[in-house]
Amino acid sequence: MSGSIETSAEYIKHHLTNLTFGHTEQHGWGIAHSAEDIAEMGFWSLNLDSMGFSIGLGVLFLWFFQKIGKAATADVPGGWQNFVEMLFEFIDESVRGSFSGKNALIAPLSLTIFVWVFLMNFMDLLAVDHIPFLASAIGIPYLKIVPSTDPNITFGLSLSVFALTLYYSFKFKGAGGFFAELAFHPFPKFMMPVNLLLEGVTLIAKPISLALRLFGNMYAGEMIFILIALMYGGGWALGLFGGVLQLGWAIFHILIITLQAFIFMTLTIVYLDMASQESH
Amino acid sequence: MNFNATLIGQSITFIVFVWFCMKYVWPPLMTALEERKAKIADGLAAAERGQKDLKLAQSRAGDNLKESKQQAQEIINQAQKRANEIVDEAKDIARDEADKIKVAATSDIEQQVNSAREQLRKEVSSIALAGAEQILKREVNAATHGKVLDDLMAQI
Repeated sequence: MSGSIETSAEYIKHHLTNLTFGHTEQHGWGIAHSAEDIAEMGFWSLNLDSMGFSIGLGVLFLWFFQKIGKAATADVPGGWQNFVEMLFEFIDESVRGSFSGKNALIAPLSLTIFVWVFLMNFMDLLAVDHIPFLASAIGIPYLKIVPSTDPNITFGLSLSVFALTLYYSFKFKGAGGFFAELAFHPFPKFMMPVNLLLEGVTLIAKPISLALRLFGNMYAGEMIFILIALMYGGGWALGLFGGVLQLGWAIFHILIITLQAFIFMTLTIVYLDMASQESH
Repeated sequence: MNFNATLIGQSITFIVFVWFCMKYVWPPLMTALEERKAKIADGLAAAERGQKDLKLAQSRAGDNLKESKQQAQEIINQAQKRANEIVDEAKDIARDEADKIKVAATSDIEQQVNSAREQLRKEVSSIALAGAEQILKREVNAATHGKVLDDLMAQI
């Protein structure tokens, strides 16, 4: 908590602001120090905290899994190899269950999504104040440590998946087939505009719902953690109650972060499966 | 919600991560898993084969045992038969031998009886001659009456 924060509203607002790097008239290229700075920076700015944590967690995941993979043997597996293998088989089974075709990309993609999103969500379980407090001690004004509470991150994932969906649609159905799927369904051909509108909305809704579901869940969860954290300032009784609440919410949140990662992965597989089916 | 270039950054990061995962993370682990699967399948097959072999060996051992028992029984039977034969043969031989001995003894006895009879005859004749000599004294000439004496001897 940087010293200037006094009211609850400011506390909350501070916690929901990203560490943004961009260009302003006043300071040139640099880190934003207020909401006005961020607004002025516009699109061509970067949330350093989201990017940093998401890349860091992704690298951690890949480094760890690659290390296990290198040492993996067909003999009796050790503890960590066992854990990783369990995860592998779980993902492999999910892909086999939902994806009807054969595609070397889907399984690694699913694994990446599941573990990465899970790790990003997991940051939510760290106490909301500790890391930002340390960061402010070394002069970093804002820090959001949960990347998946940043819509840029979730949309970055879902739009990439959407692009892959479009690619597979064109690849497996052809432009004509893809268009036919959008235009001649669910009503007969003469109602093509209605069909296009309906199917178009369905198509666009996929990446948006995918991203918003994850973002919404994580944002709401983070918000509750912040609100609970506010209670610590309200005397020992309220603080104790807040502690109990936080514990309860954190335990419940373990379920949510896993579930959200799983849903994101499963829906990705399902969307890609629908895109790779040749006939509708 | 303010969108900015983080969106693009995240997309690029995502693509790179997926590529890395597909290239360096997924294949080695999957290979290890497949290998283990094959190994386990082989092990199970080998165990099954071993069990089958064991069963086969057991049944073969049982057969062998039965066969050997049968063979042993046969050998015993043959031996008994042979023993019986030997005993029979021995009896035959003994009987033959006894017969032979009996025949020999009989002929021997006959011979001795004959020779004894001969001797007796000679002695009787000589006694008779001596008796006759004494009775007749000089009346009887041994030379002239020799033929009569020989006839007498033959009649005894």
